[in-house]
Amino acid sequence: MRAPHYFPMTTRTRRSKRALQEERLGWLMTIPGAVIVFSLIVFPVIWNVVLSLQQIRLIDLQSLQFFNFDANLDNFSRVVGVSAFWPAIRNTIVYAIGGTVLSIGLGMWAALVVRKPFRGRAAVRGFMLFPYVVPVVAATLVWQLMLNPTFGIINEWLTSDGGEPIRFLSSSSFTVELFGFSFDLPLALTMVILFEGWRYFPFAFLFILARLQAIPGELEEAAMVDGATISQRFRHIIMPELRGVISVLVLLRFIWTFNKFDDIFLLTGGEAGTEVITIQIIDWLNGRGEIGSAAALGLILAAILSVMLFIYIKFFYQEDESA
Amino acid sequence: MTREVFENRLFGLLKWVSIAFFLVITVFPLVYMISLSFKDIPEVVTNPSDVLPTWEQITNSTTYQDVLRSRDDGGFGFVRFLTNSALVSFLAVFITVFFAIFAAYAAARLQFRGKKTIQSGILAIYLFPAVVTAIPLFVLFTRIRIGDAPLRNNLWSLAIVYLAQTIPLALYMLRSHFQSVPYSLEEAGMVDGLSRAQVIWRITFPLSAPAVAAVSLYVFMIAWNEFLFAFLFMVTQQQNWTLALGLQQLNSTEVPATALMAGSVIISLPVIILFFAAERFLTEGLAAGGVKG
Repeated sequence: MRAPHYFPMTTRTRRSKRALQEERLGWLMTIPGAVIVFSLIVFPVIWNVVLSLQQIRLIDLQSLQFFNFDANLDNFSRVVGVSAFWPAIRNTIVYAIGGTVLSIGLGMWAALVVRKPFRGRAAVRGFMLFPYVVPVVAATLVWQLMLNPTFGIINEWLTSDGGEPIRFLSSSSFTVELFGFSFDLPLALTMVILFEGWRYFPFAFLFILARLQAIPGELEEAAMVDGATISQRFRHIIMPELRGVISVLVLLRFIWTFNKFDDIFLLTGGEAGTEVITIQIIDWLNGRGEIGSAAALGLILAAILSVMLFIYIKFFYQEDESA
Repeated sequence: MTREVFENRLFGLLKWVSIAFFLVITVFPLVYMISLSFKDIPEVVTNPSDVLPTWEQITNSTTYQDVLRSRDDGGFGFVRFLTNSALVSFLAVFITVFFAIFAAYAAARLQFRGKKTIQSGILAIYLFPAVVTAIPLFVLFTRIRIGDAPLRNNLWSLAIVYLAQTIPLALYMLRSHFQSVPYSLEEAGMVDGLSRAQVIWRITFPLSAPAVAAVSLYVFMIAWNEFLFAFLFMVTQQQNWTLALGLQQLNSTEVPATALMAGSVIISLPVIILFFAAERFLTEGLAAGGVKG
């Protein structure tokens, strides 16, 4: 009578004891890192909401009572009330969309180019990563020098026939004449978008290249046998396979470009029509010393981003079925 | 000519044009940076398209010594900034790897309640705007004081705030690595009488050395390149400037472009060397982890 019960029972108790140990070990290993990350993000984000309701100035930071205050929305009306607010919103959206599209477009082009083996491919692939690896401070300094109106190499090439040098990073608008039409180009904003595309195309390049190399060769060979040309194979075989990875890239790049601060700050300082919200936030904090207003603008930034992400995920995002 | 032949020729040609285009936009800025770190600005002004320096210009140049020399000796003090950057970056690497490796192992191998919530929480945090957390962290690190000085004046505080960016990345990359270590190896160890902790310590971690190296390099690069927090925390503390901040501050004063380019070479060289030395497993990790930028 005992024997049939004996084994199942002990294995069960042993297993559950083991599961308990595993559970304890799992928590023990996870908690320290989780506590650090959450206390550096979740706590600040909540506190940011509190700060945005307070009138706090940088100079009286030391004497302040943080949790004893009259909450009001003055900070929000103050940051929305400045004349530079709406242009900054528009710039941020244009910059984020432009930077995202350009970096992914360039990255896809580069990935298609180095997809098939050729002599020197490994070296070319390595060089492609260069803009992404170089520290942003160095990259912006080189761009500033290359675009310098008096001795920059770009103006030297453009004005070799004696034209006026172009102030790329300090002109808010530039009249372009094309096919008899003339229109105003927001030049400095265009330059920071070009910088964004240049700096982050390697990121998209690596993702897309990895996905390209996972496409089974037979698919394309079969299409070739059926007489599909290069452009047809691209449209009907490669593009459908890339849809998932591009959806993810758009999501990541849009979020990161939307929140980007240092690239524009270092390149133009937010001058000449390139002021984005993040630059305004740091200006409220550092320049004007209005901590509460900076926090309020940070919340507005996060809110706009959430709305745009919601729209994107709801209507455009496609999961990678193959992954 | 059929459409197929036409397309083969067209795209065959376009491929090489494209390769040339990408080489120009990626390599030329680097060449320009190195060249202008040796050439004096008057020469560049008179002849901007003559980019490459002569051999004499390279050997006679004292720009790098000037940039590195301390301010007391009339230089730009970059040795100090180099030391600060190295200290902050190594601190960030050690703390990140120490905390992430355990959490990543637990995520890949152990079953426990609440695991999914914690992990997706940590990853979601990775997407969170740094600017929004920057304000409260700035206030917090200003308010907490060590002795007379606020905590943010301490180089350690930089390494700590970088953890918010580096731990999620390290966790994600190491978790995919641990999932690729065959479970049968660990089981064999346990059958031989090792405890779970001993298996982790003696079998799994030694097998993970290459993955840990790749993660360390990424964390190092993030900390080395970081600008926003260095700027917010340290801008009034010149002795604590990192290379990124020192170079940016140099740019806002009347400093010759030659020195700025030499500074750019100094800050870029370590990461470029590290990256190309370890390119293969780094690019794989990059595609897997999605390094924030």
